[in-house]
Amino acid sequence: MSVNTYDAIVIGAGHNGLIAGAYLARAGKKVVILERREIVGGAAVTEEIFPGYRFSEFSYVVSLLRPEIIRDLELPRHGLKILPLPSSVTPLDNGDYLAAWADHEPTRREIYRHSPRDAEAMDEYSRVMARAAKAIKPVLSLVPPDPSSMSVRDMLGLLRLGKYAKSLSEKELYRIAKLVTQSSADLLNEWFEFDALKGTKSASGIIGTFLGPHSPGTAYVLLHHYMGEIDGAFRAWGFAKNGTGGVTAAIAASARALGAEIRTNAAVKQVIVKGGRAAGVALENGDELRAKVVLSAADPKRTFLGFVESQYLPDEFVTQIKSFRVRGSSGKVNIALSALPQFTCLPGESPLHKGAISISPSIDYIERAYDEAKYGQFSKNPYIDIIIPSMIDRDMAPPGHHVMSCFVQYAPYDIEGGWDDQKRDAFGETVIRTLERYAPNIRRIIVGKQVITPKDIERIAGITGGNIFHGELLLHQLFFLRPAPQWADFRTPLPGYYFGASGAHPGGGVMGAAGKLAAHEVLRDWR
Amino acid sequence: MLSTLELKVTPFHERTSRLSVAQNWRRWAGYRVVGSYDLSLDHEYWAIRDRAALIDVSPLMKYVIEGPDAARLLHRLTPRDIDRMTVGQVAYTGWCDEEGKLIDDGTISRLGPQHFRLTAAEPSLRWLSMNAVGMDVRITELTDQVAALSLQGPKSRAVLNRVCKDKLDGLKYFRWMNTSVGNVPISVSRTGYTGDLGFELWMEADQALPVWDALMTAGDDYGITPCGILAMDMARVEAGLFMLDVDYTAAPHAWIEGQKSSPLEMGLDWAVNLDKKGYFVGRRALEREKREGSAWRMVGIEVEWEGLERLFAEVGLPPQIPSMAVRESRPIMCDGKQVGYASTSTWSPVLKKYIALAHVQRPYYEVGTSVLMEVTVEHHRKYAPAKVVKLPFYEPAWKKK
Repeated sequence: MSVNTYDAIVIGAGHNGLIAGAYLARAGKKVVILERREIVGGAAVTEEIFPGYRFSEFSYVVSLLRPEIIRDLELPRHGLKILPLPSSVTPLDNGDYLAAWADHEPTRREIYRHSPRDAEAMDEYSRVMARAAKAIKPVLSLVPPDPSSMSVRDMLGLLRLGKYAKSLSEKELYRIAKLVTQSSADLLNEWFEFDALKGTKSASGIIGTFLGPHSPGTAYVLLHHYMGEIDGAFRAWGFAKNGTGGVTAAIAASARALGAEIRTNAAVKQVIVKGGRAAGVALENGDELRAKVVLSAADPKRTFLGFVESQYLPDEFVTQIKSFRVRGSSGKVNIALSALPQFTCLPGESPLHKGAISISPSIDYIERAYDEAKYGQFSKNPYIDIIIPSMIDRDMAPPGHHVMSCFVQYAPYDIEGGWDDQKRDAFGETVIRTLERYAPNIRRIIVGKQVITPKDIERIAGITGGNIFHGELLLHQLFFLRPAPQWADFRTPLPGYYFGASGAHPGGGVMGAAGKLAAHEVLRDWR
Repeated sequence: MLSTLELKVTPFHERTSRLSVAQNWRRWAGYRVVGSYDLSLDHEYWAIRDRAALIDVSPLMKYVIEGPDAARLLHRLTPRDIDRMTVGQVAYTGWCDEEGKLIDDGTISRLGPQHFRLTAAEPSLRWLSMNAVGMDVRITELTDQVAALSLQGPKSRAVLNRVCKDKLDGLKYFRWMNTSVGNVPISVSRTGYTGDLGFELWMEADQALPVWDALMTAGDDYGITPCGILAMDMARVEAGLFMLDVDYTAAPHAWIEGQKSSPLEMGLDWAVNLDKKGYFVGRRALEREKREGSAWRMVGIEVEWEGLERLFAEVGLPPQIPSMAVRESRPIMCDGKQVGYASTSTWSPVLKKYIALAHVQRPYYEVGTSVLMEVTVEHHRKYAPAKVVKLPFYEPAWKKK
């Protein structure tokens, strides 16, 4: 084989692309993983934006990375360390706070302080959600069977799914049916009374979607947060050592050790089609690479509308991909700090500084933030999910200094008039002003800040629309409908062309399941 | 007097007792020490593996051995070649009875040509004196007089460089030096019980608190964390380090021969210098064992997760294992019979593996052997597939650098 001939080409060295490449290499295939940027990682990268201050530029916590991937690819041996995020805290407008810890007792006592009723409700809520997550979880690691197909494999898959559904109690099934259709506000109002508790819980139901807590379907996203808990000791919940780039660095090291080649500065222009099959890729720099199989780990729009000429794909499929919703709804503000921010509710240095800090005082606060986004504005009072990585991993900032990661929602991709430098600055200012309300010294200790809009996510990480999940986690975009009906099994209408990224089943987050499952399907078809 | 009924407290008790949220105390050689400060071990464990963990190890038995025959005594007492030890060096060693079975283990620091410090887990004054008959040597126990702190973790050196009068950068693995913190003279050895970069600090008990305070203040930027012995217990298993009374029985305490362990069985071949000159206690027995091979060895056991998962899946559960080191004997099986037992098992957060230290019979102790380890699944005894692996389980690049 010549230098540019491979068994498989993987487009994109984000976590899914790296994982897919690693699994293919593990199966003995000659693999090259192509990355557009000069660094690997995709949206899971760590960059030193200001000298000495390192940021998980986009994705900033690890929660769902699949245990079998950690084991199969021996990621701990290749440097993966997940440091615990021990707590979360929601500052309140009255100077108090609502905190939650990994330990049940102090959490219960803390909620009790605000609402004795909620403290009890929380115990049961957690159990119910964890059980529902346990019930639905096996589905996540399945290749979605196509309900309209009569193939043996799909029928068997459906049968397994049906049998599995039958193993659940009636009560569990109702609960799941309700969870996948309800809004998070409705769900939470059934259980709790304390505003900040409901606000904070509801926030996890809207992350990465273009929906508000009152929109149906958001309850299901809450469930996702309980999936990891079932992994027990293997739960990958926390902050990756060296930032989220630490995760992709470990996967890349593993992929290389398994024999995969990784090329950076290698932007793909087009998939080469020969005799009706994907036969390689042409790079922007003019190089051509040949392979039996091409696997795209880019977003669905670029995968199908960008890299492949539409003549090779059925019209109906193209239409479906065109209407796949990838509207980015969130931004990120990464701040370098000369000191620890002083939150009014947490004077000095509190253990709570080591966990998540959530600006989510109530469901209404978040719904209002959504209202503005609906009509093309960024939220004036946004939901912000903050962590201070330097409190968890001391290597993220110079001693005594800190870095702060602020995930901000909503910031619509399609902002009225389009994003420009002025709007980006105004968005950054809005975030600082919001933070100031809870941490008055913040402005004085800023050494530098990086404001990232959905447009920037698209520009830097290459995700069309800037949606952090490559496509919203909406009911009509999940499971056998992700990314399009009949094509949820990681194959595509173009033979030899596969798709395994967040826009495929089972969806986003640094989970890696799509990359792994896609590699398995490639190997299954290998002849 | 009532006080002899109480456990002793260490020179750091005034600080440690206040910082301990969990009030989880453990007994250690007649002292009361912090088991864990926090409600969960996570934070303390990760301080060892990623930041700097400050551990009160004052209960270690400490002896100073001085005089013209000090080296001769230690040379006779231990399998280490004391003649080759230079001043400034520290050596880990076990010591044996006449049958070559371990009595205890600890470290020897050569403080001067005729001046040594020995640490031990058990009171050793009598054994030391018995072996010193006719020698010109003075043995003094300083357990209560010398306070000891262990500062472990990748950031430990950076913290010490901030508080010590001298830079620690030149201090090599298993070497010690004198320096001071503020106006308190201390000696620092590059040793520990975690398998990470780490140091142990030795100081007069009545000057202990200022050293603790200085470290806590200087270490703040590096995330220094007071750490109890439970998190250290997980780290020492990862490092393949064993513990007296848990992973082996001191020969004098054994009721039957089978309870005794030789240093070769315990995997201390590297610390048994059979090429050294002259007699040492247990030499003949160890030479014989070396010739004939050991009947069993202390090895690492790695449980295969998929297999464990299957056992739990049979009852509809995800694998449930304790989140701390378990000092409980678990049978190791092979070919349908018991071929050994695990003495300590733990979840390893840094490796994401379920590991154990185990005594395994010949020939099953060869690395790569597939065995089974007994686990309890919903009150039922089951056998999880596992492998014999090399020790240590975890050794970061920075440990000896």
